[in-house]
Parts: sequence; structure tokens; C-alpha cells
Amino acid sequence: MDLYKDRIASDILIKKIEAMAKDLDEIKLCHVCGTHEHVITHYGIRALLPKNIQVVSGPGCPVCVTTQGEIEAAVKVAEKGAVITTFGDMVRVPSKRSLSDAKASGLDIRIVYSINDAINLAISNPRMKVVHFAIGFETTCPTTAVAVLNSPDNFYVLSAHRVVPPAMDLLLSSGKINLSGFIDPGHVSTIIGTKPYEHISNKFNVPQVICGFEPNDILMGIYMVLKQIKEKRAEVENEYVRGVRLEGNIKAQQLMEKVFEPCDIRWRGFPIIPGSGLSLKKEFANKDAYKVFNIEIEDIPEEKGCSCPEVLRAEKNPNECPLFGNNCTPQSPKGPCMVSKEGACYISFKYNKTFR
Amino acid sequence: MCLAVPGKVIEIEGSIGIVDFNGVKREVRLDLVDAKIGDYVIVHTGFAIEKMDEKDALESLDIWKQLLKSEEDY
Ligand code: SF4
Repeated sequence: MDLYKDRIASDILIKKIEAMAKDLDEIKLCHVCGTHEHVITHYGIRALLPKNIQVVSGPGCPVCVTTQGEIEAAVKVAEKGAVITTFGDMVRVPSKRSLSDAKASGLDIRIVYSINDAINLAISNPRMKVVHFAIGFETTCPTTAVAVLNSPDNFYVLSAHRVVPPAMDLLLSSGKINLSGFIDPGHVSTIIGTKPYEHISNKFNVPQVICGFEPNDILMGIYMVLKQIKEKRAEVENEYVRGVRLEGNIKAQQLMEKVFEPCDIRWRGFPIIPGSGLSLKKEFANKDAYKVFNIEIEDIPEEKGCSCPEVLRAEKNPNECPLFGNNCTPQSPKGPCMVSKEGACYISFKYNKTFR
Repeated sequence: MCLAVPGKVIEIEGSIGIVDFNGVKREVRLDLVDAKIGDYVIVHTGFAIEKMDEKDALESLDIWKQLLKSEEDY
């Protein structure tokens, strides 16, 4: 499988990209996946690309786009006596009251690796109310659906799930950044397949390529997008054949549809994006922590000074934030993009430091 | 978060499997795929999210190699 990392293959791909780029104007491609940002930065891919080809990072980090209002909702549930479980990075995200502050003040906040750990906690502690603060894109939503359908009565879900295509649509509709194409997220696509992206290509006439997670996957993806641009095509192509079927994972899609319905939700850095959230359907009200604990999502204004909103909207690179690297570091993060291992600021800080 | 890694299913009991990630064995839920012992699966937050049979993997490698080759004379 080493072809996907092979240097000689990389060189061939870079030559092809260079040849293709010669006849093109300024091209700005956007990806929407923290793991893609990691691969691109880790392997220094941006430095290998011709000057007129830029790859920017969009709202691809689920931890980063979760709003303070949702974090506050989780704290309020904990105050009502429930145990909150969630994924590690979420706990450290600065907020009106962060989950780590809540934990320090004595509330029961626990980090889990999988929602399955949260279910097991509920099974072994029948008198405990376990509420999983469920973040994540389409890759994670089906796991929450399984949990809603197969868990004891003392297990609940506080859904902060989001789906990616409506955010991509909004990025282009806003007209603020001039994007020539998308690198589509690999494992989100494993679940949803190619179809949910198609209307974006049709509406905005932009090409998209679903990419895998090795350096040559990204290079091949960039090449395929450029080729589409040159040939004046705007389609959804799949580079990550080994991980994505065109129709996606139907079983996972059916479970998601059974449990969730789309809702309108704000993303950090974005206004309310119609249809971009997933809330539990009425039949599962007994599992829905918002209903069971009677909590609403507050509207909390974003912190001043941190440029995460611009970073998430692909309008700024991390090092264009005045706080980057001095006031804001992984040890003392001022925004979610410096907390999450998938945040653009964290990744940029980590590799710029080690590569210097 | 969306990081996911491939591994090989070596045991199955109901909806739970043991998956071998290059020697490290972990429990993985198989609710989202129809996996058999010996299958390769992509695992994300403790769930297999897709099956990757060896034939598929080789086939996609093939497609990739061809793409690389056919593009060589671009
Ligand atoms: S460097 Fe820190 S403060 Fe600036 S955008 Fe990134 S996370 Fe926010």
C-alpha cells in the first residue's frame, strides 16, 4: 500500500500538477477535514505546490465548530446531576464555562474514546444518568444512532452533530472567498457517498474530489481537481476508492435517517446554516438530553481577539491571527482551533515548530 | 475526530468484534458493516464504518497505478 506514500509517485504527481497549473490562473482549493489539514501540513504539501495553487482549510474540525452555546448546554446538564461523557479535545475548548472548568468545579465530566464506552458506563451504573455530548460529522453520527437504538434507559444523547455539505454550500454562497474547487472529506464520504455533494458542483460550477489520507492521495486529489478545472468540468470524483463506495455506507445512512432529522444550527464562525444540524426525532424524545433535562442552546457571542471564526471560514491562515504562537499556544489555547488535534492552529503550530 | 484506521477482524461475538491493528487488538462495534472474520475494516471512534475486502483494496491500488501510468505521458 506504500504507493500512497511513495516519494517517486509523489514526484510524478507534483510534475503533473506543475504542468497542469501552468495554464491556470490563481486557484484556491478548500478542504473540510481536520485529518486532511494534518496530512497537508505534516508532509509540507503546500510548499511543494506551484505558486498559483493554494489549499486552504475550511470548517473541517467538529470540535472547533461546536458553539459555546452547546458547551454551555452540556455544563447545564451536568449541573442537573448527570454525568457528561465526550471526546477528549472537547473538554479543553475555552468557553463561557469550559467543560474542564466545570470538571474542576466538581461536576462529573468524563472523556471517552467511543460512545460505546459511555453506554458501558450507563450499563454498569444503572442509577447514574449518563449523557453523551455527541459531536462530529457524518463519520460519527451513525455511531450515535446505534447508541440511541441500543442503550439502557439511563443513557441520553446531547446532539451537537453536524453534516458537512450545507457548510460547503454556505462557504460558496457567502461569496467572501473565491474557491475554485473542493477536496472532499474521505471518511465523511465513506458514510454519505458522492451524491450529497453533487448539488454544490451543479449550483456553483466547482469541481470536487473525495480524497484519502496519505500524502499521495492529496496530491492525486489536487491533480484531479485541476484536471477538471482545465477541462471545464464540475463533477464529484472519488480518489479514495479503497475507502469510499459511490453510494456510501447504506446501512449507516439508514440508521442515521431512522434516529435523526435535520435541523438549523449555528456553527462557530458561521451564522445559522439551514439543515446542517442533526437532532433526535420525536420518537426518541426519551433519549434526547435537550428534552429530558429541559435545556435550550443559548446564543453566546464569540470571544473577541481569537480569529477562529475567520480561520474556520477559510478567510485567514492561523499565522495571520495576532495571538498565534505568542498568546495562544497548545499549552494555553485561546480558541478551539488551538485545542483540537484537528484544529488548523494546533496543526500549524505543531509542525511549524518542529520543522523550523 | 474523523481519523479512522484500518484493521483486521479476528473475532466476532454479536455486534462486537476484536480487530487487529498491526498487532494491537481492540474491541470494535460492527453494527454499521456486515463483516466476517478475516475482513479488513476502517475503524472510527470504536466503530467499523466500512469494510475493505482485500480484493477491493488491491483493485483500488490497481486503479491508482493505472491512473498514474496513463497520466505519465500527459
Ligand atoms: S491562534 Fe488561537 S486565538 Fe488565534 S485563531 Fe487560532 S485558536 Fe484562535
